[in-house]
Amino acid sequence: MCEDIFEIGGVTLNSRLFTGTGKYGNDAIIPDVCKASGAEVITVALRRVDMESSTGNVMDCIPKTMHLLPNTSGARTAEEAVRIARLARATGCGDWIKIEVISDNKYLLPDGYETAKATEILTKEGFVVFPYINADLYVAQSVVNAGAAAVMPLGAPIGTNRGLKTREMLRILIEEIDIPIVVDAGIGRPSEACEAMEMGADACLVNTAIATASDPVMMARAFGQAVKAGREAYLSGPGATRKLAAASSPLTGFLDGE
Amino acid sequence: MIVVLNGKEENVTEGMTILALLESKDISPQVVVVERNGDIVPGENFGTTSLNDGDHLEVLRFVGGG
Repeated sequence: MCEDIFEIGGVTLNSRLFTGTGKYGNDAIIPDVCKASGAEVITVALRRVDMESSTGNVMDCIPKTMHLLPNTSGARTAEEAVRIARLARATGCGDWIKIEVISDNKYLLPDGYETAKATEILTKEGFVVFPYINADLYVAQSVVNAGAAAVMPLGAPIGTNRGLKTREMLRILIEEIDIPIVVDAGIGRPSEACEAMEMGADACLVNTAIATASDPVMMARAFGQAVKAGREAYLSGPGATRKLAAASSPLTGFLDGE
Repeated sequence: MIVVLNGKEENVTEGMTILALLESKDISPQVVVVERNGDIVPGENFGTTSLNDGDHLEVLRFVGGG
């Protein structure tokens, strides 16, 4: 197979699986998850320090080799997302930012208009912007025009583990959008990540499915393998589907035949 | 004097620096980002930035997220 280089946000990655740091029962498992998954990009969120109680620092659990992708979760408007992005960058973690602008608390669906606005402002400030969006062509085009480094369309609502409910829309994005597509949110099983990759997605971001598995390290490994398998299947060019059977073995030359 | 720290009023000594405030709360200055009245305070300025009565401070850090 020819070399399959994955460049995103100005870096070259060996793995097309991104992962997160949310929902782990104990953050101490995160290094093992990173290692087992092979992921090189990991997301974090920014929150107020709790003055009343001291808790562990998630940053202590993230291997230094990982590329940090802070998100703007908690933002309800473009303005709030921009504020969070600037704060995240002030920590010295780099220029990457995943834009999440959500005001719907029931389905946690991203607001495309505010997301595009935030993307435009932040790219002008030198951020490498990864917008989390609905699997919608026009929203995707607007964030591409705003300078996004990738688009992150959802497979299903955040944390639902329901898989690629947006399959047909993802297919359109894969066909029409020229920057990397990272399917983010909703992927619950390795087979679903594999399918997204087979369809031609450039990468998948998986957090909940790994963090809430009974054995997160084994699930992380399974996702790493599934993303690789899906990518190789995509690159290898799957054969056509047909309505009628087509024998794989020759239908002539039977032992007792003519 | 009173400052608002992460949404809660806090009584602090006159002229206290951000660094001193963080240390009084047992918060490592290396792991936080601080916004004072809407402006980000660079970490290297924590020790030289004195607080004023009525300042609004946001002290944030990274947590687990997806």
